[in-house]
Amino acid sequence: MQKADNLKEYRDELRESLDNDFLRTTLDNFAVAYRAGRANAFKDMDVRGLIDEIACSKDEATANLDALYREFKEKAEAAGVHVHLAKDAQAANDIIAAIARKSNCQKIVKSKSMTAEETLLNHALEDEGLEVTETDLGEWIIQLRHEGPSHMVMPAIHLSRYQVGDLFTEVTGKKQDSEIEKLVKVARRELRQKYVEADMGITGANFAVAETGSIGLVTNEGNARLVTTLPRVHVALMGLDKLLPTLHDALRILKALPRNATGQAITSYVTWITGANECASAPDGKKEIHFVMLDNGRSELAKDPLFSQVLRCVRCGACANVCPVYRLVGGHKMGHIYIGAIGLILTYFFHGKHAAKNLIQNCINCEACKDICAGGIDLPRLIKEIHARIQDEDGHPLPSILLGKVLKNRKLFHTLLRTAKWAQKPVAEKDGFIRHLPMVFAKEHGFRALPTIAETPFRDRWEEIRPVVDNPKYRVALFSGCVQDFVYPEQMEAAVKLFGAESVEMSYPMNQSCCGLPVQMMGEMKASREVCVQNLRAFEAGGYDYVITLCASCAAHLKHNYPKLVMDTPSLALKAQEFADKIIDYSSFVHDVLKVKAEDFVQTGGKATYHAPCHLCRGLDVHAAPRELISTGGLEYVECNEEEVCCGFGGTFSMKFPELSAELLKKKLANVEATGAEVLLTDCPGCIMQLRGGLKTRGSSVKVRHVSEVLADNRRK
Amino acid sequence: MTTGTDYCQTFVDKAKAVSAIVTEVKSDDEALKYVIDLCDRKEVCQLLVSGCERDLSDKAEKLCDLKQKKVIAAPGLKKPLYDKLAEMSAKAGFECIDSGMRDHLAGVDIGFTYAEYGLAETGTLMLDCPGEDMRLATMVSEFHVCVLPKSKIRKDSYAVEKMMLTRMGKTPDYLAFITGPSRTADIERVLALGVHGPLELHILLMED
Ligand code: SF4
Ligand code: SF4
Repeated sequence: MQKADNLKEYRDELRESLDNDFLRTTLDNFAVAYRAGRANAFKDMDVRGLIDEIACSKDEATANLDALYREFKEKAEAAGVHVHLAKDAQAANDIIAAIARKSNCQKIVKSKSMTAEETLLNHALEDEGLEVTETDLGEWIIQLRHEGPSHMVMPAIHLSRYQVGDLFTEVTGKKQDSEIEKLVKVARRELRQKYVEADMGITGANFAVAETGSIGLVTNEGNARLVTTLPRVHVALMGLDKLLPTLHDALRILKALPRNATGQAITSYVTWITGANECASAPDGKKEIHFVMLDNGRSELAKDPLFSQVLRCVRCGACANVCPVYRLVGGHKMGHIYIGAIGLILTYFFHGKHAAKNLIQNCINCEACKDICAGGIDLPRLIKEIHARIQDEDGHPLPSILLGKVLKNRKLFHTLLRTAKWAQKPVAEKDGFIRHLPMVFAKEHGFRALPTIAETPFRDRWEEIRPVVDNPKYRVALFSGCVQDFVYPEQMEAAVKLFGAESVEMSYPMNQSCCGLPVQMMGEMKASREVCVQNLRAFEAGGYDYVITLCASCAAHLKHNYPKLVMDTPSLALKAQEFADKIIDYSSFVHDVLKVKAEDFVQTGGKATYHAPCHLCRGLDVHAAPRELISTGGLEYVECNEEEVCCGFGGTFSMKFPELSAELLKKKLANVEATGAEVLLTDCPGCIMQLRGGLKTRGSSVKVRHVSEVLADNRRK
Repeated sequence: MTTGTDYCQTFVDKAKAVSAIVTEVKSDDEALKYVIDLCDRKEVCQLLVSGCERDLSDKAEKLCDLKQKKVIAAPGLKKPLYDKLAEMSAKAGFECIDSGMRDHLAGVDIGFTYAEYGLAETGTLMLDCPGEDMRLATMVSEFHVCVLPKSKIRKDSYAVEKMMLTRMGKTPDYLAFITGPSRTADIERVLALGVHGPLELHILLMED
């Protein structure tokens, strides 16, 4: 649960998690094992196709929520089930408490339900004097500890066997040791008598099938089967988003859900319940069944053109499994009740701005969650949109406003950067790093050295170095982005050199500015849009075959976000789409378009490894091109462990959460050093800034370079 | 149409991958014999190896005391087959029941059932169990033994969708997909079998 009032308190909480070695090791092991398990489970399957189908069918269901609810209710009632609609959490809890009172229930067994967590159902029922026992092992453990879940699928993943052993000793009143196999059996036998005594069973539901009025439950332990069989009353609490038109829709999700959640092809039990079943303990031999359908803002969400996709979520938990931030800080810090990327979003809609306002900033925008989501939800985008909304409602913090203001005015921005060159003089060293950090950065930023502003920005060198190309093969425009323009112009120059030699005619439109991603990351949507429009104008002259950028983040932002930023203005939307279609990253252009050959490069043969920028590997789905270029360009490519995991830069994220950025970088660099490579190559100046700074601070001899620099150096004249 | 034995090998591989014990049998009689042999071999309470000697809270202990004799539960069986099993059980000194599962909630040794379909893609058994004795027999048994005729193996869940809809149409209905024994990984992500349901799932693939 989120209790932090402000970002500072939240950061203090995060630091606590970083110091929890057990949690860190567990989540590290899990992240690695999960990746392999999932890949194996989806082997030989068209995952993308399946996810697209799920997204489509969920969108259709969302668009017809009312009709689906009516059909479901009618079918379920015809089969003897009572169906209730609860407008919010309180209403749902009241309905369930009333059922318990009316049917004279005292003892309740429960199987796992995130929806019941959402409404804080247990507390409400306990306040009514009812005894509630969670029967899912993980849920039982956290219930006994009075905690919330730290993962949507593995609620007790933050606890060790020793902690569970101690807990069970307390619960049974007899000494229990910490062997997992034995602890599980203790739970089995302790809980069995709870089922026997219970008069009400509460479950969630994974699917509500309208065509039959059935619910589907997906579990591993089998507790849901006992919960729905033994007590005489069964209540299933589920969100309206669980409604699906047909059984086929449910079976389709079932193909993805367990695979995406835990790498299982299917869970041990999937239970389909239709109508009031036989129940020997009920007065008439028939179970009393209630389906409580929770709205709690869902029908509003369903109408929102952007956010309706949130309802595609099938609660597989995968967006936490792959999130580098979750991996560092765990679920209690990466959510309120719902956890992971979707947790950041749902917290805002279900639990309000106050619980969400700090959390929502804790996303590095690496897109790992988007890449894996079973519902194909554009999670990072929604996270940024909510961040922006909260700022619009609550007021923007000063640094964020300032950055927005500055970026909107290109001339001012560039003047500031040029001035910075002079301002940094007293602290700049000859090796291109700043010696002492200016006072504005506290000591927590010391984990990486920061680069100095270059003597002459790329834009000032352009006219001088611009090659004359006769009979060009391609006509392209260069988009430098601010970092390569003002900090690392040599990377641009390296590209210009190679392109010139490959008969590519280049333009560098002078009115281009920052791509706008940094302000978008800070929730300054207006400024982001204005910068976008300025850049579209700068490249208006057109007639280019491609617009090339050496910055993966710029590339992904220009390609994917520009059309979205101006989609409300038809004249611009078209322009933005044309522009976006022409955007290509350096490695793809050289590898796929120019198709450079090994014989054109001196084979120097040093060992080089690679860091895949988030916005290249996931943002643009580019994987092979840069790695193959390393070999083509004359070096020996050695694979690095977790090559596609974020380096921790994340632009403004590393300024806001330096401790997290430092930890991500530490991991990355340890993996890099383990390869034994002398050079680390990558495709993004932001990553280069982070990686170089970190290696410098570690005193490492590994050199970090842009792929373009190696290719330019090794090209035969 | 590709059905039945074409998917047999996939089914076996997938079921074994989730810790099911798969054996081929030629006939119902052979299946019954398997059940009796298995019951004979197993400890009175299989939980013993992994927990019965552990102290529990007093209430939970009491429930355990209820169980005295080895019990085989086979609620869904056809009459002649059940009679045969009952006779064999009596000879072997086991109690055999086809109803009244609520008197055995501390657990039975073996739950014996026939599956309606098998899903090759995931090694899953499909069992329709509208009656609660059938549900309980497959949940409170320490070992669940389930016969699956080879001709009933289908490719995946889509291939049994129609059959599912037919059953769901005859309300009320309670339909189960069962894949491997009950499992959890809730403590330190370490896999443990038999958390609430069976410790072992035996699938008897029957020629037909
Ligand atoms: S974009 Fe990356 S950091 Fe942000 S929520 Fe998704 S996985 Fe986590
Ligand atoms: S948002 Fe996507 S990945 Fe996350 S839990 Fe929902 S379906 Fe799974």
